[in-house]
Amino acid sequence: MNLSRKWLSEFVDIHASDKEFAEAMTLSGSKVELTHDLGAEVTNVVAGRVLSMERHPDSDHMWVCQLDVGKEEPVQIVTGAWNIHPGDLVPVALHKSTLPGGKKIEKGKLRGVLSNGMMCGLSELGLDERDFPYAAITPAALLNDYHPIDPEKPSIPLGVTPGHKLFGSVKAALVTKVENLGGGQFTVNCDSGGLSHTVTTTLPNIHEHDTLALDVEKEEILTLAGLHAEQKEFPHCIPDGIFVLQEDCQPGDDIKKVTGLDDHVVEFEITPNRPDCLSVIGLAREASATYDVPLRLHEPLVKGGGPGNLMELLDVETPDPDLCPRYTARMVRNVKIAPSPKWMRERLRAMGVRPINNIVDITNYVMLEYGQPMHAFDYRYVKGGKIIVRRAVEGEELTTLDGQLRKLNRNHLVIADETRAVGLAGIMGGENSEIAADTVDVVFESANFDGTCIRKGALALGMRTEASAKFEKGLDPMNTLPAVNRACELVEVLGAGQVVDGVIDILNHVPHQRTVRMDPDRVNALLGTGIDPVDMYRYLERVEIVTREKNFPNGPADVLVPSWRSDVEGIADLAEEVARFYGYNSIPSTLQRGETTLGGYSEEQKLEIRLGAACRSQGYDEIITYSFISPAWYDKIGWPADSPARNSFKILNPLGEDTSIMRTTTLPSMLDILARNYNYRNKDARLYELGRVYLPGGADGLANEAKVLTLGAYGEGFDFYDIKGAVEAILRDIRAEGVHFEAASPQVWGDAVAPYHPGRVAAVMSASEDCLGFVGQLHPAVAKNFGVDGALYCAELSFDELMNAKGADPVYTPLPRFPNLTRDIAVVCDEAVTVGALEKAIRQGTRGLLREAALFDIYRGKGVEEGRKSVAFSLALRADDRSLTSEEADEDVRSILQALERDCGAKLR
Amino acid sequence: MKEQLAKIEREALEAITAAQDPAALEELRVKYLGKKGELTALLKQMGKLSPQERPAMGQLANEVRAVLEETLELTSQKLDAQALEARLKAEAIDVTVPGRAPKTGRRHPMYLALDEIKDIFVGMGFTVLDGPEVELAELNFDRLNAGEGHPSRDWSDTFYFDRDSRVMLRSQTSPMQVRAMDSRPLPIRIIAPGRVYRKDEVDATHSPMFHQVEGMVIDKGVTMADLKGTLNTVVEQLYGKGTTTRFRPHHFPFTEPSCEMDVQCHKCGGVGCPTCKGEGWIELLGAGMIHPNVLRMAGIDPEVYSGWAFGMGLERTAMRRFKIADLRLIFENDVRFLEQF
Repeated sequence: MNLSRKWLSEFVDIHASDKEFAEAMTLSGSKVELTHDLGAEVTNVVAGRVLSMERHPDSDHMWVCQLDVGKEEPVQIVTGAWNIHPGDLVPVALHKSTLPGGKKIEKGKLRGVLSNGMMCGLSELGLDERDFPYAAITPAALLNDYHPIDPEKPSIPLGVTPGHKLFGSVKAALVTKVENLGGGQFTVNCDSGGLSHTVTTTLPNIHEHDTLALDVEKEEILTLAGLHAEQKEFPHCIPDGIFVLQEDCQPGDDIKKVTGLDDHVVEFEITPNRPDCLSVIGLAREASATYDVPLRLHEPLVKGGGPGNLMELLDVETPDPDLCPRYTARMVRNVKIAPSPKWMRERLRAMGVRPINNIVDITNYVMLEYGQPMHAFDYRYVKGGKIIVRRAVEGEELTTLDGQLRKLNRNHLVIADETRAVGLAGIMGGENSEIAADTVDVVFESANFDGTCIRKGALALGMRTEASAKFEKGLDPMNTLPAVNRACELVEVLGAGQVVDGVIDILNHVPHQRTVRMDPDRVNALLGTGIDPVDMYRYLERVEIVTREKNFPNGPADVLVPSWRSDVEGIADLAEEVARFYGYNSIPSTLQRGETTLGGYSEEQKLEIRLGAACRSQGYDEIITYSFISPAWYDKIGWPADSPARNSFKILNPLGEDTSIMRTTTLPSMLDILARNYNYRNKDARLYELGRVYLPGGADGLANEAKVLTLGAYGEGFDFYDIKGAVEAILRDIRAEGVHFEAASPQVWGDAVAPYHPGRVAAVMSASEDCLGFVGQLHPAVAKNFGVDGALYCAELSFDELMNAKGADPVYTPLPRFPNLTRDIAVVCDEAVTVGALEKAIRQGTRGLLREAALFDIYRGKGVEEGRKSVAFSLALRADDRSLTSEEADEDVRSILQALERDCGAKLR
Repeated sequence: MKEQLAKIEREALEAITAAQDPAALEELRVKYLGKKGELTALLKQMGKLSPQERPAMGQLANEVRAVLEETLELTSQKLDAQALEARLKAEAIDVTVPGRAPKTGRRHPMYLALDEIKDIFVGMGFTVLDGPEVELAELNFDRLNAGEGHPSRDWSDTFYFDRDSRVMLRSQTSPMQVRAMDSRPLPIRIIAPGRVYRKDEVDATHSPMFHQVEGMVIDKGVTMADLKGTLNTVVEQLYGKGTTTRFRPHHFPFTEPSCEMDVQCHKCGGVGCPTCKGEGWIELLGAGMIHPNVLRMAGIDPEVYSGWAFGMGLERTAMRRFKIADLRLIFENDVRFLEQF
């Protein structure tokens, strides 16, 4: 919400800089986003009157002008613009002046002639034609500016003389005199070869000695369009030039004052509970409360007396009273559509609204001032003089003011006549009843519509407008009448038409004033303050919340809440009002009292912390990935189309397909990030995420949100055993005992291992044979699906299973008092026998002395038959109660070797 | 004999002091003091002396031996020291060659910021709660006083899983307030961090998924002054002692009075600069006294109990803390980014 400080000052006197004002309003609850001094960049620019003009001695298009800028001596300025004449008032950027965009103006020479500044066009002041419609320029086609497209074949002879016939009755004519009548009107005397003419025109670029194209029969000066000429043929006859002021001002006046650039605009962020602040009056009320200064409200006065009887002219029906709590309307006749006056245009512009014409501008002005959306429609299109506020018929169509054809349904509320809809209630008017240049009679509608209905209607059509945004927050139904009266008053002030006596006011819902019990002790108890009760009532009075007696009692009392404050319902709301004006920053800062609580982390949270630390100690960086993914990612990881694992929570209104379902696996999220790093040419990456998957079947129709620890890695020299080692280290860190790895075949594990290389994936099994998850190299086809041609490695571990597998706190075992004996063995076995199987056989074969069996070599080649391999272990043997003899150790090793041969067919090499 | 002793002593001392290495020294020890050494050989001739001469000569011989032994020892020590010095010199390395550090992984910056916040609150007796992200609209909205018709319930703002708008992705961590009230005994002091979801397109400051941390206290006699005191303490721990804060009125459906808390811009000290968009203050979090309706809906009597709650965005906190300019970096997970933290 933008607020013009000039407009504000009509209601309340605030003497504060923008910064102070912003600070004070922010701290009392109206957050200021930014402040903007409209003319901040414009300095040393004044109004100046053109005294005389001479053609530049050394240029075919420039003028040397003498201007009165309110000083003793006139200043000389050279310009290339053609639309000015002696007598014109123009903006003059003097020597050492500044303009919007950081432009600096200094004196200088133009083709040898001194120029002490610059005359400005609209755009140079940061304005445009919408701000000053009268400043639009339509140029005459001056034949002395004619530049043929093809110099060989000019369509008009160069150096054409007066009287030369161009076509039909159009002849070349030499200008002998131009008189500036003011207000953009000129009298031009010219000679068309012996015949002299006097023509009155608004074409502003004509001067003595120019040659123009004159229709001698119509006595009309031709424009480029009249000559069917292109702009480049007349390079200086352009629809641009100096902004010739039609304002009440004197040479030397600051141009900011003249053009309304002396205003300051404050931009507020208004919270949805305060729709009353979406208006100048609402913010003025807040400013008055903030500064504790009086609020000057204005009672609209309508003279009326327009022709006709309102009751005969207009009838309103509201068949859906719940959607239209109040409908207020008045009529204006014999309207004269014209631009609205400068003060109104300035205020609209400052608030960010484009001026259009007096009637439309009045509706916007009232909407900004009162916060009450207004609509004006052309009475002649209200068939039967009847307005019906009804639900749209299913499939009913209406072209709105923006030219869009809207298909409506039962949930939309329309303003209709007896035959058709003429507007979308609370959202936008219909094109079929739009105010036009020839509009004669106007109906002003000032209504109160149901917020939810308007919000849903606007949303369904995808057209949130300023009006609908206000209605959807719930407006004060008491505001419609003053607003419509204000509009009629403005019509009379502007002389824009005749207001018909009387008001149509249908009140379907009579709001009664809310009473709330105020209890100062409870307010102090809630705030932790010791504010005097009398002061509390004074704070409330600033926002017009008062006791019935309008007094300031020293204890509890009922208070009346004004109609525009529907957000104030109970004691907590009153506490906030008190706190706002007492000052949030005056409330003390105290430390929590009361019963102490023992905070901390749950066992699950402690394990999360631990797992993260373990991953990082293994060199893995933490990542965060989106919980929602594309269903196509299930294809990318090789899950069959009918895989039950694809059963996901689907978002019905996703941002896009890519983020449309809740993942049931974290794997593709990890692969996506690995691939991204790979494609960024990062040499290696080791990443982890402790994230959730979202499986159907939770309580209340919610998800079962299981956590998964996902590891992912790639890099030079990185292989399966690196990521497996990381998993082992993590499991060791949480003291999971008895965890072992099994080759995970798709036959056993199904889709869970489909993304992996079938020969390079292991199931991680707990001591109780529960699957903790998988670790492996990704299937090359899956890696390729993610755009990676190298090897990717991942591990997925269920957090819940890790929680189960987590070991107890360690118990100290005494250090060995006797030394180990070590025996290295190498056995030859079939290629298919796994190291895991050999280790198992070793563990089963020992007679109790084996403490550790460490793999140290796997050999294939010379000396070992094809299809077999040699596997070497270093065995550490020890007894806790004595030094082992060599014989005892050898005997245990023999037993181990027997087991190896028996279970694995492995023979000592 | 006396002369012989003196000669041996003289020659031996000369040889010992001239020795260049331990081996030469050992040779000299054998040569003079060994079983077949010169001094030993001389002593064997003692028997030839008269008994009167013997003690004096014996004493002299022992003195010579002692001198030689001591000299040998000192020389040996000197040579050892020299050898050690030479070795150390030879072993000198370029200590500026980079070390071989094992690569360790990094905590994600968002979690770094969260860890700090969690530690502060746990230290103040708060319990950390975890809750569902696929949530009931009833808990995300209705129970938080944002009834039917509240704009944030729109399908343009919130992700839904069913046509009835019953199950959704939580748009805030605030439903954890309700879950805590429903499941925990009073008094309650909890924080609840986690993922939240809103229908915002990805740009430098928006993401459809981000993280918040919720905090809540309910007890008898809890005041807005307590809210201020606690949050000021937290901010001092996060941003350092003497950090200036301010509280502004604001609006949330589930708190009343509501506020937003700002910290004074660290960069300009409150004067206004690009970091704080000229305001001098940076918005930190939203908070307020729990709305009586919210307490009532949870079966807690607002006449007896009161409470306060806050919610804060974690990405923004991390971005401010580590001066990360673009939110997209947080979710891009480029290792060159991750390894800066």
